[in-house]
Amino acid sequence: MVHYLVRRLLGLLPTLLIVAVLVFLFVHLLPGDPARLAAGVDAGPETVELVRRDLGLDRPLPEQFVRFFGNALRGDFGKSIRSQRPVATEIAERFGPTFWLTVAAMAWSVVLGMLLGIVSAVWRNRWPDRVGMTLAVTGISFPAFALGMVLMQLFSVQLGWLPTVGADSWRHYILPSLTLGAGVAAVMARFTRSSFIDVLKEDYVRTARAKGLGEPVVVVKHGLRNALIPVVTMMGLQFGFLLGGSIVVEVVFNWPGMGRLLVDAVDMRDYPVIQALVLLFSLEFIVINLVVDLLYAVINPTIRFK
Amino acid sequence: MSTPASTPTPAASAASADARAVRTPAAEFWRKFKRQHVALVAGGFVIALVLLAVFAPWLVPFDAEQFFDYDALNSPPSAKHWFGVDSLGRDIFSRILMGTRISLAAGFVSVAVGAVIGTLFGLLAGYYEGWWDRIVMRLSDVLFAFPGILLAIGIVAILGNGMVNVIVAVAVFSVPAFARLVRGNVLSLKHQTYIEAVRSIGASDWVIMLRHLLPGTISSVVVYLTMRIGTSIITAASLSFLGLGAQPPTPEWGAMLNEARADMLNAPHVALFPSLAIFVTVLAFNLLGDGLRDALDPKLDN
Repeated sequence: MVHYLVRRLLGLLPTLLIVAVLVFLFVHLLPGDPARLAAGVDAGPETVELVRRDLGLDRPLPEQFVRFFGNALRGDFGKSIRSQRPVATEIAERFGPTFWLTVAAMAWSVVLGMLLGIVSAVWRNRWPDRVGMTLAVTGISFPAFALGMVLMQLFSVQLGWLPTVGADSWRHYILPSLTLGAGVAAVMARFTRSSFIDVLKEDYVRTARAKGLGEPVVVVKHGLRNALIPVVTMMGLQFGFLLGGSIVVEVVFNWPGMGRLLVDAVDMRDYPVIQALVLLFSLEFIVINLVVDLLYAVINPTIRFK
Repeated sequence: MSTPASTPTPAASAASADARAVRTPAAEFWRKFKRQHVALVAGGFVIALVLLAVFAPWLVPFDAEQFFDYDALNSPPSAKHWFGVDSLGRDIFSRILMGTRISLAAGFVSVAVGAVIGTLFGLLAGYYEGWWDRIVMRLSDVLFAFPGILLAIGIVAILGNGMVNVIVAVAVFSVPAFARLVRGNVLSLKHQTYIEAVRSIGASDWVIMLRHLLPGTISSVVVYLTMRIGTSIITAASLSFLGLGAQPPTPEWGAMLNEARADMLNAPHVALFPSLAIFVTVLAFNLLGDGLRDALDPKLDN
């Protein structure tokens, strides 16, 4: 297991390095001169030159990269062009709301999605399956931003049950996490169903039934664990989808998180913030996929020896 | 692809009574697909949407961008304005109809470009393996390290706002998915006996790849492509909704929703119709994709 963990960690290094290079090059791919962007539109040529030297943009690219990478490792991403505050501080304030929103969405959507999937597989082609799969295909087809607007209109504006925007109490989390999780719940339901149907066709399930076990025991004890293996992988992929989805949902609900910070930063060409956020989002995604791989190895020992 | 002709042997001639039952892959596909009533309806709907998109300029009752009905600002659906009027006095029905062109084009073009490039990379990677395979797979790992919409936002930040750049961005993140899919299929196909046979009669690498490996993987590519169009339409609309794609007054569905947000209190119908348009279109592609998958999956023969 330790051997497997080390191998997986080492395998990540090239990916991480390429991601870092891409994020670094991002500034130089932007149209226009980054020093001019940082100095502001009204700055004279001398000021732009000063800013260029100050930011190290006059140095050769490899040297700049080493500096960028070293600073990034220490959590220093420079100053936001818009607010003139350190990027790390800006992001630190926004990390919590996004993190908890993603966790809340993941929690309910995985539980509900798997439940729907199991019910649909057990009652395959009967009415619970039809209802479940209709819900699921609706879930993957309805765009998150539209769903958010509908929910807000219904529960906040018309009925007045829930707050509209902000992230001050647990009641603020209900609508955004519902919106964010709907797509994931739908994908999980469809995936769990097909995985479960495959497992229920296996010989050992027939054996379990043949020796007189009750259907609940067959489903839970013999089906669930085996069906879970591909479902866990899917979960990891969906977490990345949630991170991306949170960008849109945060804009709809005016959520004080990293997604909205990113959209504002792109709008204002605030490139140090964009760089740091893109790096952070990808890092999170990579770490989550690693955790999923490890979880996978715990559930399914054969993977470790491949 | 034609199946290899068999020479008549006693056993085969005994079975020749079943000769009429031998079906071409196309006929076999149609036999299974036509039983999927939901997918048939969805396919019909997609065809209708394409026709609507093509003929939209001649079908719209009003100009989508230049017509303003100042007496009916934010008015709900009526006989004159089927889907109502938005806050600037524009006819929502006409705008939705014109928006069909943009969303379908965005979905089709981005996914098609991604599928062609990805399939080519995947074929080469799976067939030759070695260093080329490692580079392609490493690059897809990197592209997969960014959540899709984040990659698209990054690309749009570099290229600038606009629908064409959104299409480029969506195409870029479709490439690795197709490359992986095709590579996996090719890896399992290329050790089969029929490939060994074509190689032993001296077929070139390109003939083997395009004529013998590609057909074996095309059905999963088509299924994935159909599903992917739905996702891509949502991604493109999301970027426009965030203000990074189509700009006002372009009648793009996501951009229309973004404009409608300001007046949700007075005129929720302005947001309702673009939402429904996206939902119904994406639903049709997803249901069609489900049907194609069930019809093309050899495991599911009932």
